Amino acid sequence: MNPWPFVTAVYVVTFVAATGLALWSWLEMRRAERK
Amino acid sequence: MPSLHALANPARFLKLARPLTPILFWAGVVLIAIGAWAGLTQTPPDYLQGETVRILYIHVPTAWLGMAGWSGIAISCLSFLVWRHPLAMIAARAMALPGAVFAALCLITGSIWGRPTWGTWWEWDGRLTSMLLLFFVYLGFMALTRADADRGGDGRIPAIFGVAGSVLLPIIHFSVVWWNTLHQGQSIGLTSSTIAGSILWPFPFTLLGFTLYFAGIVLMRMRAILAVSKAEARMRRMAA
Repeated sequence: MNPWPFVTAVYVVTFVAATGLALWSWLEMRRAERK
Repeated sequence: MPSLHALANPARFLKLARPLTPILFWAGVVLIAIGAWAGLTQTPPDYLQGETVRILYIHVPTAWLGMAGWSGIAISCLSFLVWRHPLAMIAARAMALPGAVFAALCLITGSIWGRPTWGTWWEWDGRLTSMLLLFFVYLGFMALTRADADRGGDGRIPAIFGVAGSVLLPIIHFSVVWWNTLHQGQSIGLTSSTIAGSILWPFPFTLLGFTLYFAGIVLMRMRAILAVSKAEARMRRMAA
């Protein structure tokens, strides 16, 4: 079984989730502090 | 050095949190980038797992943060119950979503690692099942804090839930010792490891990197909750 699709999937999923979480948290903070 | 009680003052906390947020976040990003690059290109494949060992540079920090996130929630909730510091409950609320995301990432990355290594995506063994339970406990805590805030509660019920949920942490940690599980036992300790040095060295980068990243996000979320509470208090004063 070729392992690289599994390795790539892990790094992509983590990158997308971690970036999304950071972006959401930053936007929420900016919006709240501007009020 | 300011004491923890002094930092529980929101104004003092914000004075420290504002410069600290980008420092922690970007230091985390840099360390994660170094660790991921090293884990993908600079380490040899494992003699048994082959290339799939590279998944562990991500999976181990997500597992650590899934559990550390709940430890932080439990400590904050206990501080709230004992000393009644509102900032402690804000910290607990701020840690819930990042903790849930990392617990979910731990389950997903572990499942992806399991398919080529164990030949299965999922197994109802002690470690995997207790980690899944922790993810559900995170969701329960988020729902409870939101419901409590909507009903104008004092935060005591979610705080008790936060402390009670910590019973899962030793179960997750010792599950590989107590039960005969498919998941392997602990291979990285604070002072020793059973992993070869040539494969081990990127771990501190991703472990510390994700931890700083997590801390940066928690500070962002705490600042957001504090700003919303301030705005709501201002509106209540204006309405009175």
